[in-house]
Amino acid sequence: MAQVPRTAAVPAAHPEARLAADGLTAWYGATAGVRDVTLAFAPNTVTALIGPSGCGKSTMLRCLNRMHELVPGARVSGRVLLDGHDIYERGVNPVQVRRRIGMVFQKPTPFPTLSIADNVAAGLKVGPPISGRESDGIVEQALRRAALWDEVKDRLGDSPLALSGGQQQRLCVARTIAPEPEVILLDEPTASLDPLGSARIEELVHELKREFTVVIVTHNLQQAARVSDVTAFFYLGALIEVGPTAQIFTAPTQPQTEAYITGRFG
Amino acid sequence: MATRLTRRVVGAAMTGATYSAALLAILPLAAILVMLVMKGAGALDWDFFTRSSVPLGETGGGFAHAIVGTLMMVGLACLIGIPIGIGIGIFLAEFGGGALGTLVRFVADVFNGTPSIVLGIFAWTWLVKPMGRFSALAGGFALAVILVPIVARTTEEMVRLVPNSLREAALALGYPRWRTSLQIVTRTAGTGIVTGCLVAMSRVAGETAPLLFTALGNQFFSTRLLEPMAALPLQVYTYAIGPYDEWNRQAWAGALVLILLVLVLGLGARLVTRGRQRQA
Repeated sequence: MAQVPRTAAVPAAHPEARLAADGLTAWYGATAGVRDVTLAFAPNTVTALIGPSGCGKSTMLRCLNRMHELVPGARVSGRVLLDGHDIYERGVNPVQVRRRIGMVFQKPTPFPTLSIADNVAAGLKVGPPISGRESDGIVEQALRRAALWDEVKDRLGDSPLALSGGQQQRLCVARTIAPEPEVILLDEPTASLDPLGSARIEELVHELKREFTVVIVTHNLQQAARVSDVTAFFYLGALIEVGPTAQIFTAPTQPQTEAYITGRFG
Repeated sequence: MATRLTRRVVGAAMTGATYSAALLAILPLAAILVMLVMKGAGALDWDFFTRSSVPLGETGGGFAHAIVGTLMMVGLACLIGIPIGIGIGIFLAEFGGGALGTLVRFVADVFNGTPSIVLGIFAWTWLVKPMGRFSALAGGFALAVILVPIVARTTEEMVRLVPNSLREAALALGYPRWRTSLQIVTRTAGTGIVTGCLVAMSRVAGETAPLLFTALGNQFFSTRLLEPMAALPLQVYTYAIGPYDEWNRQAWAGALVLILLVLVLGLGARLVTRGRQRQA
């Protein structure tokens, strides 16, 4: 495999960082999908992870909420700091970590047997006990913040499968934000949506960053340019370059980054 | 043009062949149903459902004791077997990747393939002999032994059909593994599991051999679990080989009721599945 230059990235111990990877390497069996990545994510900031297929950006994302290790044979070395504490430290329960770091997937994944309202409340069921009235209030708030309330308020008891793909994805966003995580990870959230649905999710990402630390993986460079404040470019599992989105798209310092964003590969 | 004609002829011939094959498959089933209705419908009256066997020499009487017995023993088998079967099925689908899973799956398949009379002897050794008596309890247990592997394997299939993305979604929300399996995955597979249970029920409702050693059969109405109990297939068997026309007629009627019972369960299974499809 080609030698990939290591990057001079944001230091992991950045005081502003809510979440930071430090020397993170993710393995699938004997193959490293992500190599020695150090990258910090600041609060109220959208960080986009871009790069060609197979570059490790999704694997990177799944390491941030300990989802990577669910794949048989997968393991991780290095550290991921959430508010300064390593989520891979011994004795840390991954289930607790995932309640603080929410995730939205490529394809909408509403629970088909639960109603729309119960889908949004699903994450509350595993949190601290709350009353039914509190739960209803949180569900409404989450749906409002996900810009879905007006479309579903009269059919909260219906199956989510009656919703369009874009609505289902916004439902998944509502479900993710209802338990008030600190970080939201979006794994190509618009890949299965039509342009209109994609546009609404992008608007939503702008809203989300007021309250959360947002990390988004995207294949769509225009999308990265539109929604993110910081862009990180991955290639062959390594972080090649990270910087303010405007700089990455107009004046990248690494030749591979330039080649990718100008469409010469990927 | 010749090729086009050939194509049409071959097409028609093949279509005809598939239709005949389908007809051939339906024919025996239709024949059985017609035969049962012709021979059995005459003996189906109010008494058949409300009265039990009458002593030799008297006419009339019915199968009430056998119908109730079958319902009770199948119910007992479900009570014992469905929770265990669903539990095993969830284990196999969600955690059955290792050696234990392979072993359990193998044992379930062996039980599935074992002739039911052998399972009857198994139940006899475990319950009838130690208790010193034939009983409805032993009958229900024998039926449960048949039920468990069927329910387990269909549950496993249904749970496996649940897309992995749903599991990941639940885990990413902070659901522990076991809650993901029980509350999200199993619920999603719910209608499929119910269908599997109904199919398994209709299968054991018609079992005769395992009841011969366990429930034994009974000419009198009984709902006591520790006594021998009548069952539809047993009663049909007794009356069918009996020398009296009256008995034979009632045996036909009993067989018809048994088929109708299985049919109702099968229809129930179809309705549940259809409800799911409409939902999806």
